[in-house]
Amino acid sequence: MSKEIITTDAVIVGAGPVGLFAIFQLGLVDIKCHVVDILDRPGGQCAELYPEKPIYDIPGYPEITGQALTDNLLAQAAPFAPVFHHGQMVEGLRRLDDGRFELATNGGLVFHTKVLVIAAGGGSFMPKRPPFRNIESFEQSSVFYAVRRIEDFRERNVVIAGGGDSALDWTLNLEPVASRVTLIHRRDKFRAAPDSVAKMQALAKAGRIDFRMGQIMELHGEDGRLRALSGRGADGAAFELEAERLLPFFGLTMKLGPLAEWGLNLNENLIPVNTENFETSEAGIFSIGDINTYPGKLKLILSGFHEAALMAQAAFRIVHPEEKMVFQYTTSSTKLKQKLGVG
Amino acid sequence: MPKIIFIEANGTRHEVEGITGQTVMEAAIKHDVPGIPGECGGACSCATCHVYVDPDWAGKTGTTSETEDDMLDFAFDVRTNSRLSCQIKITDALDGLVLRVPKEQF
Repeated sequence: MSKEIITTDAVIVGAGPVGLFAIFQLGLVDIKCHVVDILDRPGGQCAELYPEKPIYDIPGYPEITGQALTDNLLAQAAPFAPVFHHGQMVEGLRRLDDGRFELATNGGLVFHTKVLVIAAGGGSFMPKRPPFRNIESFEQSSVFYAVRRIEDFRERNVVIAGGGDSALDWTLNLEPVASRVTLIHRRDKFRAAPDSVAKMQALAKAGRIDFRMGQIMELHGEDGRLRALSGRGADGAAFELEAERLLPFFGLTMKLGPLAEWGLNLNENLIPVNTENFETSEAGIFSIGDINTYPGKLKLILSGFHEAALMAQAAFRIVHPEEKMVFQYTTSSTKLKQKLGVG
Repeated sequence: MPKIIFIEANGTRHEVEGITGQTVMEAAIKHDVPGIPGECGGACSCATCHVYVDPDWAGKTGTTSETEDDMLDFAFDVRTNSRLSCQIKITDALDGLVLRVPKEQF
């Protein structure tokens, strides 16, 4: 299968606040960006963990929510027409003979880029793996964290664990396909669309699915094949339940992921950089925001903004080696104003 | 300063000095109590500061808020005395509070 290669000046890994501000800073020095993020929307932790929570230490904003900050950063970056690739995780990285980098994502995208900016925060958001003993041995065969192929569930005894939209949506969607669907949640309150909850309850009432209040504690089976689950009901009574497939939906957690395999120097899962231009041990690869480390590092969004500005100066010399860097202010430079569409 | 007592799943006891007004999670982090990573830093948006409140103290630590109860959906082995320690503010009335750290945080 031949893949279309996306050629660009810069790839930013991570669409959190720092990654978004990097689009702006790179844009000012004529560097076009593609942005890759594992989440389905921009904002990173700001959008995923605390969209409604106010942040009090963004310069110029006495109080701003994670979502509002994300929206503002997107508006600020918009003149530079960044291309976003959501739901993608960068898996492979190698240097090409001409000095550029080739990046490959788990969704099959391939990029050739002059510079790489890692703004991956706490790492990739990945589904949380419940601490059931031996759960790893059932993964990919009986335990799944997402439904990639409906056929894996056809005519199977499926247990879905969790109380959010993913758990409810898949309960409804797999009901017609699976031989039986059981939804297990610790309480009768859900963090899901009320409409889905009502539909699930109607199916349970009609006897077409089972809803059990409780928690799974242990998995049983052999050779990667799940046979049963046991747990404790909300009433405290132990239960055991036959199951061939389990879909645990317990939210997301941050893991460094494939980045650890890229051959960069790492220090306790952080990427050491120099504070002159935030370059890593590899020329042309920069790291900004929470994922980098250097003497005196503070994990603050505002520090990441500063790092993005200095990184862009160094990236310019790689992307446009023939041009002379002229430092300009957005307040007075006609050129910069034109780029921003306000000239 | 109120004393907070954390008991690990293996029985190891940690008696730490809490600061009034701070949260129990912050006290645990400050004193490196094992088993309480507190990943989100106290925003009530993970569940990695899950603790069991000793039954004798249940009345003094208050009850879970709706947000906290939602977040407990993401914890393992949740019981009726489960709390997220970032949501318990230290007061003088909590001097001697006993909390059990679960075997697993996830």
